Amino acid sequence: MPQPIANEPNVAASPPSVGKIFTAFALIGISSFGGGLVAYLRDVVVDREHWLTGEEFLGALEIGQTLPGLNSTNVAIIVGRKLRGPRGAAAAALGLILPGMAVLIVLGLLYVRFHTNPDVAAALAGVAAAAVGLLLQVTLKIGGRSFLRPKDLMFIIPTFLMVGVFHVSLAATLFLLAPIAIWLNRPESLKKKAPAHASDPER
Amino acid sequence: MPETIKELIELLNVFAMLSLMAVGGGTAVIPQMEHETVAVHHWVTSTQFASIYSLGQLAPGPNMSMVGIIGYHAAGAAGFFLVLFAFYFPACMLTYVVSHIWDSYRDNPWRDAVQRGLAPITIGLMLAGVYAVGKTASFNPDRPLWFNGVTLGFGLAIVLLLFWKRINPAILILACGAIGWYVLR
Repeated sequence: MPQPIANEPNVAASPPSVGKIFTAFALIGISSFGGGLVAYLRDVVVDREHWLTGEEFLGALEIGQTLPGLNSTNVAIIVGRKLRGPRGAAAAALGLILPGMAVLIVLGLLYVRFHTNPDVAAALAGVAAAAVGLLLQVTLKIGGRSFLRPKDLMFIIPTFLMVGVFHVSLAATLFLLAPIAIWLNRPESLKKKAPAHASDPER
Repeated sequence: MPETIKELIELLNVFAMLSLMAVGGGTAVIPQMEHETVAVHHWVTSTQFASIYSLGQLAPGPNMSMVGIIGYHAAGAAGFFLVLFAFYFPACMLTYVVSHIWDSYRDNPWRDAVQRGLAPITIGLMLAGVYAVGKTASFNPDRPLWFNGVTLGFGLAIVLLLFWKRINPAILILACGAIGWYVLR
């Protein structure tokens, strides 16, 4: 439970009902066209409902990004749990997922029925080509200066080649590369205790 | 029907595994998902995968819910719901349990190490995702050169537009669908 802090009068003192949590997240789930879900979540959770402070939300986001799974559903689980335990977490995640799922049932049925129609196939070719551009832009934006840092490229390029080109399984790639990458970013305190690694190339 | 049950179990295996491998977000598993669903299990063709992925960008909410359509292709309505369950439930459970423990480790320096260490791997996976979808959606050797010129042009235009201005991507995708309907017939 988030403890109400004295100098943060905006944070709700009593947790909302499970129904209220579901409605709030379902509203995000139905209105968030075009991605950027985390920003929608912040608007509702912090600014509109005052369920979390900005700092608490960032904390939830950091956990959500570090753990596997979708960032948006992870944040929903964490916020829901803080508010109302397991039922709150379930309400938040389902609220976020169900509306889009309903839309996709309709889109999916239309797709299966009409995707061989030449007009539909042409429109879909345009849509798919656009989605690639969208994915590339997000990658470039998130990657940013990482693409210029040799230390990061040391992991970006092998990951791309292993998974993208040679179809090494994702599990194998992660178990091979992640421990090395995490060790290279290990806490400073451990680096000092290990003078043998003081000549490591990173910083 | 035992054949359908077998297919459903395969779907469950593939998507539950992908759920737990999504480091840094859902897009990280796209390359592996494309490989598994197209080349390994033949649930969809490469072109269908690209179309289904892009339909996911048109629906509100998490843009990976489109995995349900792959499940529908493979095993009908049961496949739709099973794949969504397999893709969301394991990661959500893990987050629920770990975030419980995490509160007491909030300032643990290893959290930062994990996040910073995984960041470049996630970027590599996202690039592989661009390649996995792009190899049929943007440049497809089976299509004429002018067609590939248009699809590549769409992608590049979107990258430039989005860096220039904040536009809702769903609108851009719909616009490309409309232009595609005219030009790519």
